[in-house]
Amino acid sequence: MAQKASGRKSSTGMETDMAKYLVRRILQMIPVLLIITVITFLFVNLSGDPTSMLLPPEATAEDREVMREALGLNEPLYVQYGIFLKNVLHGDFGRSFRYGVPALGVVLEKMPASIQLAGISLLCSVLVAIPLGILSAHTKDSVFDIAVSGLSSLGRSMPSFWVGIMLILLFGVTLKILPVSGRGTWAHVVLPCATLTINTATQIVPLVRSNMLEIMQQDYIRTARSKGISNQKVTFKHAFKNALVPVVTITALQIPNLVGGALITETVFAWPGLGQLVVQSIGAHDMSVVQACVVIITLITMAANLLADVVYCLIDPRIRY
Amino acid sequence: MQADAATRSDNKKFKKEHSIMFDLPRLLLKSPSGMTGFVIVVIVMLIALFAGVLMPYAPEEIDLVHMAEPPCWAKGGSTAHILGTDILGRDVFSRVLIGSRVSLLVGIFSVVVAGIIGTVMGLLSGYFGGWVDSVIMRITDAFHSIPLTLFAMVILAVMRTGVLTLVFVIGVTTWPFYARMIRSEVLGLKGQEYVKAARTIGTSGIRIMLKHILPNILPTFIVVSTLSVATSILIEASLSFLGLGIQPPTVSWGVMLSDGRNYLATNWWMATFPGIAISVTVLGIMLLGNWLRDVLDPKNQGLR
Repeated sequence: MAQKASGRKSSTGMETDMAKYLVRRILQMIPVLLIITVITFLFVNLSGDPTSMLLPPEATAEDREVMREALGLNEPLYVQYGIFLKNVLHGDFGRSFRYGVPALGVVLEKMPASIQLAGISLLCSVLVAIPLGILSAHTKDSVFDIAVSGLSSLGRSMPSFWVGIMLILLFGVTLKILPVSGRGTWAHVVLPCATLTINTATQIVPLVRSNMLEIMQQDYIRTARSKGISNQKVTFKHAFKNALVPVVTITALQIPNLVGGALITETVFAWPGLGQLVVQSIGAHDMSVVQACVVIITLITMAANLLADVVYCLIDPRIRY
Repeated sequence: MQADAATRSDNKKFKKEHSIMFDLPRLLLKSPSGMTGFVIVVIVMLIALFAGVLMPYAPEEIDLVHMAEPPCWAKGGSTAHILGTDILGRDVFSRVLIGSRVSLLVGIFSVVVAGIIGTVMGLLSGYFGGWVDSVIMRITDAFHSIPLTLFAMVILAVMRTGVLTLVFVIGVTTWPFYARMIRSEVLGLKGQEYVKAARTIGTSGIRIMLKHILPNILPTFIVVSTLSVATSILIEASLSFLGLGIQPPTVSWGVMLSDGRNYLATNWWMATFPGIAISVTVLGIMLLGNWLRDVLDPKNQGLR
């Protein structure tokens, strides 16, 4: 009986394991999100009296007091946080005074542009970094390998916004072949995407390389070699498949980095996404939009990490949580 | 006999571990990339220290006669301003030299702040475990789910900007990396015989952490903090570029880039040289850090 049950585990058991794992991962996200809301709440609270922003300068002290009472600003801090959290759970971050509409709406409107840029850049980074990393490991210590690791060190040292500026200088100002700001045609994507790809791919390349080198020393690779399988085939068939697993994790770890880089890259290229929005909102002290941005960006990052974990489970049958 | 040999080899190993610090110069000479990094770092530090003497002009000296002059090798440039001047006629070379100060100051001191907070948190988390560990780890999770630059931007939105604020903000946003690293080291060391022995003879928790665990974490700590200086310099440059970090008239490479960006079409040199300065500095620190990682990591014994 027991044997039968374990034999069947392969299909149904795996699914329930996966479901359990997913539920646990999602539950773990709750305290993290709570901490993020506490932090954003506290900092926005410290940012000064919102009545001075909302009321005209000629308002009297009494007007201010009425406004404070109406906004619940005279309540103790924890009560205010409770109200804030309740509102956030209902998708209400308050109104953006710059746009005069609910802050969440402003943020959601800018989201597709950011996801488009970050998504394309992540895809390009992986497509560039994996082959380079593998070839580098395959030809360890060759001129190619040294050149790749030198260039990737250089790529990681350059601030992404400076890379963006230099690309604008080259392709926009000197050669005049690509648009340097805004969003519209596919040509607009090229430079911001190249900027982010240079930054992200150079982080991934050395990790892929070292993972490949580690795998190449495993017993099963030696076995494959001793069976007389060609070097090429060992690298690209046996080792590569196994190197894919850590690559997923490595890529997922780059996501917060990529999103952070996108914030600045968007500003450089006037890409109408969350990054530009957050920078402008901070400049204008439009704090409800800033709060909404922080929460949404955190959610995106967490969702991407969760997705990476699920993929990780699916491609590596050894991993069970 | 066998036991004797074992002790001798243990002694040898002990000596080997302790002599690594003295071996560093010799090992450095053998590594071209490590040496390159070291030389770059030393040069940048010397520039930061002696910028006052090296600068041909005062960095904030406005010269309306020599506005927007290109570098000396370009058409219209002169050797009086080897890297040209910005739109207010200020000497770009002098400004690049003095800019190294802010980068290094913020880079190094923010790592000190992050290192202290992170080490304390990591030690507590790893040593005590239980709910202390859970709470600290959830906080680090939160920090890992939010892009550092975004977090720093939010804090800076409500604080007065300046070098000290930046040191604080970058320190406060990057400590979780140290906490996680220290925690995992502590978890590994906690099971070691000598830690168990110390606990058996009644040594207090704090004493075990400070005397027995902390010194063993040192190599990892050195590597991570070196590499973090590079990251902090990049964060400082980004924030200053966005106008949230260092404010003019203080000269920083990020500020210069943000000025220069508006004049790309006419004065390319304004944004080019500060960027090169940042890249070279960060590259040097990273090469040095990677080299340190390779030599100090016990897993790489064979490489020496």
